[in-house]
Amino acid sequence: MTTSLPSPSSGPVASEHSAAESTEHHPDHRLFGLATFLVADGMTFAGFFAAYLTFRAVNPLPEGAVYELELLLPSINTLLLLVSSFTFHRAGSALKRDDRPLCRRWLLVTAILGLSFLAAQLKEYFSLPFGLTDNLYGSTFYAITGFHGLHVTLGSLMILIIWWQSREGGRVSSQNRFPLEATELYWHFVDGVWVVLYGILYLL
Amino acid sequence: MTLSTPSNLADTQEHLRWQRYFGFSTDHKVIGLQYLVCGFLFYFIGGALAGALRTELLTPISDFMPREVYNEVLTMHGTIMIFLWIVPVVNGAFGNYLIPFYVGARDMAYPRLNAVAFWMIPPAGLLLISSYFLGGASQSGWTAYPPLSLSTAATGQVIWILSVLLLGGSSIFGAINFVATVLKMRRPGLKMMQLPMYCWAMLGTSILVLLSTPVLAGTLVLLSFDIVAHTGFFNPAMGGNAVVYQHLFWFYSHPAVYIMVLPAFGLVSEILPVHARKPLFGYTTMVYSIMAIVFLGLIVWAHHMFTSGTPPWMRLFFTIATSFIAVPTGIKFFNWLATLWGGSISLNTAVMFSCGFIVNFVFGGITGVALAQVPFDIHVHDTYFVVGHFHYIVYGGTVFVIFASMYHWYPKVVGRMLNEPLGQLHFWLTFIGLNLCFAPQHWLGLNGMPRRVAEYDPQFQFINQLSSAGALLMAVSTLPFLINVIWSAYRGAVAGDNPWNALTPEWLTSSPPPEHNWHGEAPLVHEPYGYGLKSPAAS
Amino acid sequence: MGTLQLTPRIITLFIGIALVLVGLWVGQNVNLLPVDASVNAPLYDQLFKVLFSIGTTLFIGIVGMVVYSLMRFRRRSGTVTEGAAVEGNLPLEILWTAIPAVVVLFVGIYSFDIYDRMGGMVPMHDHSMAGMETMHEPEASGPGQKTWAGISSVSVEGQPPVAAVPIEVTAMQFAFIFRYPEADIISGELHVPAGQPVSLRMTANDVIHAFWVPEFRLKQDIIPGQPTLLSFTATRPGSYPIVCAELCGAYHGGMRSTVIVEPPEEFANWVAKNSPVKATPASATLIS
Ligand code: HEM
Ligand SMILES: [Cu+2]
Ligand SMILES: [Cu+2]
Repeated sequence: MTTSLPSPSSGPVASEHSAAESTEHHPDHRLFGLATFLVADGMTFAGFFAAYLTFRAVNPLPEGAVYELELLLPSINTLLLLVSSFTFHRAGSALKRDDRPLCRRWLLVTAILGLSFLAAQLKEYFSLPFGLTDNLYGSTFYAITGFHGLHVTLGSLMILIIWWQSREGGRVSSQNRFPLEATELYWHFVDGVWVVLYGILYLL
Repeated sequence: MTLSTPSNLADTQEHLRWQRYFGFSTDHKVIGLQYLVCGFLFYFIGGALAGALRTELLTPISDFMPREVYNEVLTMHGTIMIFLWIVPVVNGAFGNYLIPFYVGARDMAYPRLNAVAFWMIPPAGLLLISSYFLGGASQSGWTAYPPLSLSTAATGQVIWILSVLLLGGSSIFGAINFVATVLKMRRPGLKMMQLPMYCWAMLGTSILVLLSTPVLAGTLVLLSFDIVAHTGFFNPAMGGNAVVYQHLFWFYSHPAVYIMVLPAFGLVSEILPVHARKPLFGYTTMVYSIMAIVFLGLIVWAHHMFTSGTPPWMRLFFTIATSFIAVPTGIKFFNWLATLWGGSISLNTAVMFSCGFIVNFVFGGITGVALAQVPFDIHVHDTYFVVGHFHYIVYGGTVFVIFASMYHWYPKVVGRMLNEPLGQLHFWLTFIGLNLCFAPQHWLGLNGMPRRVAEYDPQFQFINQLSSAGALLMAVSTLPFLINVIWSAYRGAVAGDNPWNALTPEWLTSSPPPEHNWHGEAPLVHEPYGYGLKSPAAS
Repeated sequence: MGTLQLTPRIITLFIGIALVLVGLWVGQNVNLLPVDASVNAPLYDQLFKVLFSIGTTLFIGIVGMVVYSLMRFRRRSGTVTEGAAVEGNLPLEILWTAIPAVVVLFVGIYSFDIYDRMGGMVPMHDHSMAGMETMHEPEASGPGQKTWAGISSVSVEGQPPVAAVPIEVTAMQFAFIFRYPEADIISGELHVPAGQPVSLRMTANDVIHAFWVPEFRLKQDIIPGQPTLLSFTATRPGSYPIVCAELCGAYHGGMRSTVIVEPPEEFANWVAKNSPVKATPASATLIS
C-alpha cells in the first residue's frame, strides 16, 4: 500500500480555483442513479410476484373462481412492447447521429405502441369475468397489471414529453441526450417486467 | 455552475447562517444536520411516548390511559423511533455529513435528490402524528399485522401507511445517493479498499434499503387496498392470507434491523481507532463481514415467524441462516477488541459510549442467537424477552453509537468541544438506566409476560417498576446531554481543525468545514487508519 | 507477537477455563424459568441451560476484555503516545471466525435435536381428518380443512404411544373457548389429564391470537383461516395461566384463561360430570 499521509495540521492548502475544478465537474451519474432506482422498483414487482405465487400455492380459490385467461390480447401486447423497445432504440441512435426528425418519428411510433398497449389492457379489463374485489386471484391480477400499467402510462407520457422537447430548438438534442436515454432505460425496464409478468400471470 | 471558494472567514460564517437550515439547501452538511436535528426532535417525542407506556406499566391494571390509547401510543412509539429517529439519523444525518468528506467530494452525487429525500421526512412525521387528531392513530403495533390492522382504527391505519410510504421513499432516495457517491464520486486515486469503514457500512446498508424497502412499500399498498377498497389480500374472511403479509413485512423488517445497525458499526469503526491511536484491526475482514451480513440479512426474515404456522423445513432453514449471522458479526466485535488492545486509549465520552455499545450489543447479540433457535423462540416469542432483546440492540447498540458520534464529531461540526464531565455523567446515567430498564424484561418474558399489554399478572409488578425506574433514569440522562450541546455551542473550548489528531479526511479541513468542504484540493488519504505508522502528531 | 511466552499463554488458558466454569455454574444454578409442567418443558430447560452457559462465558469474556483494555491501555492525560501499528493478524482472524462458526453450528444442531424431541419435526397429521393426510401439501385437502404447522404429539420416551385427547380451541376477541368433541363439552377453561398427550386444533374467529402456557414452554399462533395444531403432554398437576401472546386489540392484555392439569381419574370425573354424552364408546376411550 502506498502511503501518502497529509499531515493533519498542515491546514488548508490554499489554491483558489484549481481544486474546485478537479472535483466539481464530475461525470454525469444520473443514468447510474436511475438504474439503481430501477433495481428498487424491480423489487416492488418481485414482492408482488412472490405474493401472487404464494397465494396461488397455498390459498385454494373458491368454487367457480378458476379462470382460463384469454391469451390472444396479452400476447399481442407483449409483442407491442417488445417492438416498442426496438423503436425506442432506433430513436436513440437517430438522436446520436443528430438526426432529430427521424428521432422524433421513432419516438412517436414508440408512444403510439405504448398507448395501444394501454388501450388493449383496458379492453382486456372490461372483458374479464372477475372484478377487483371478487376474490384473491382477481385482486392480485388487477394489482399487478395495474401497477405495471401505471408504469406504462408514466413512460408513454415521458416519451411524449421528450418528443415535444426534441423539436427544433427544444432542449433535447444530440448534446443533451440525458432525458431521452433515461426514458429509454426506464422503458426497457418496463418492457422487461412485462415479459416476466406475462410469463407468471398468463402462461404459468 | 458558479462556485465561490470561500477565501475569508466572513464567507465561512455566511454559509452557516441558521436560516439555511430551514430551507431547501442542497449542501450535504446542511442536509446532514437537518436530518440530525429533525431526528432528535422525533426522538424526544418518541421518548415521551415511551415514558407514558412505562407509567401505565407501573401497575398491573390499566389505569393511566384507556387501553385503546395505550395501543396507539405503543404503535406511535415504535414507528417514530424506527422510521423517524434511528433510520434517518444513523443513515441520513451521519451519512450525508461524512460520506462526501470520506470519498473526497464536494457534495453527494445528487444534491437535489438529497434535499428532496430529507424534505419528505418532516411532512411524513407530521402526518403520522396528525392521525391522533384525525380520528385516532393506528393501534396495531409498528408491525401492523392484518387482520387486526384491517379492523381497528381504519383512518389511523391508512395515515400510518401513507406516512411509512413517504419515509420509505425518502430512505430509497437516500440510498441511491449513497451508492452513487461511494461508487462513483471517489476522488481520483482513491481506491475502494482505502475508504473509511463507514463508507462500506453505508454501501451495504444502502443495498439492503434498495432491495428490501420496495417490498415493504408494495405490501403496504396492498394492505391499504384491503382497508380502503375492500380487497382481501391479507383478509382471511375474504379468502386472503394473513401470513403472507408477515413474510413480506419481515422481508423488509429484518434487513431493517441491519439498516439500523450496520451504519452504527461503521461509525464505531471510525471512532475507536482515533482514540485508541491504532489502525482499525482487520480492515479486509471487516469489509467482507459487512457484505456477508448484507447477504445473510436478506435470507433470515422468517425467524420472526416461528409460531406463525410455518412448516418445519422453513424453521430449520431460518434457524441455521440466522445463527450464522453471528459469525460475521462476531468478527467485527473481535476486530474492535483487537483495535483497543495495545492501544493508547483516551477514555473520553466518545470512547465510553462506543465501549458501552460493544457491551450492550454483545448482550443483545447473545440473546439474539438464542432467539434464533426455534425451540427457544417458541417460548419467548412475542414476550418481554424480545422487547429486552431488541432494545439492547437498538438502544444499547445504535443509540449509544449515535451519542458516541455526537461527542466525536461535534467539534468538527460546531468548532467547539463538548464538555467532558457532563458527557461522562450522560454516559453513566444512560448506561445504568438502559440496563436497569431492559435487563429485567428478559426475566419477565421467560416467566409469562407477553409484550404489547397494558395490564399484566400482578406478580410481575415489582420487576416492571424496576424497569420503569430505569426508563426514568434514561429520561433524566438526556438533560446533561441537552445542556451540554447547547452550552458548548457558545462556551465550549475552541476545538481547532483536528482536536483528536485524526487521519480521516473530514478532520483535514477547518472546523466547521467551509462551504465546499475543502480549502483547495481534496486530500488524498490512502491510510485513513495509519496511526502509529507515521507520526501524524508532529505539530 | 514473537514475545509470546509460555506464561501469558498459560494465563490465557486458565482464564478461559475459569470462564467456562463460571458459565457452566451460572447455567446450572441460576434459574430464570417458571416451573416445568409438560413433557417438553425439561427439554427446553436443558437447552436454556446450555445457551445460558455459553452466553455467560462469552459475555463475561468479552466484557472482561473491554474493561481490561480500557484500564490497561489507558492513555495518561497529557501524553501523546501512539498505539502499536498492528493492522491485522490473519491466523487470529481465521481463529475467531472458525470458533464462533463451530459454536453456532453446535448450538443449531443441538437445538434441532431438542426441537425434534419436542415433536416439532414430526410430520403432522390432522386428527380431525382421521390422521390420514400429510399436512404440507396444499392440494391434499379442500379449503378450511388443512392444518398448518404447529407441534405434533410425540409419545413420552420409552413408553408406548397413547392416543391424544383431541380438543378444539377457538380464539376470539378476547377469549379462548375449548371444545371436547368426543365428550361434547364446551368450556372456558382447559382441563387436561396429566401424562396423556393432548392435541389442540386451533382456529381464530377474528384476528390473530396466540396460545401460550409459560409453564409448558409452548406457544402457537391462532390464525384466522389457517387452523394450527399444538400437541403436548402435561406432567405436573396444577393450574397454569393461558396467555394470549399476539396483539389482538384493546383488551389483549386481559385475554387470559387457565389450564388445569389433573390426574387422569380426576380428569375422567370432570369429563363425566360435564359431558351430556353418557358412556358412549368415544368418551369411554377418552377416559380409559
Ligand atoms: C446477532 C444478531 C441478531 C440475531 C441473531 C437476532 C435474532 C432475532 C430474532 C430471532 C428475533 C425474533 C424474536 C421473536 O419475535 O420471537 C429478533 C427480534 C428483534 N430483533 Fe433481533 N437479532 C439480532 C440482531 C438484531 C439487530 C442488529 C437489531 C436491530 C438493530 C435487532 C432488532 C430486533 C427487533 C426490533 C426485534 C423485534 C421485532 C418485533 O417483533 O417487533 N436484532 N431478533
Ligand atoms: Cu430479525
Ligand atoms: Cu388475543
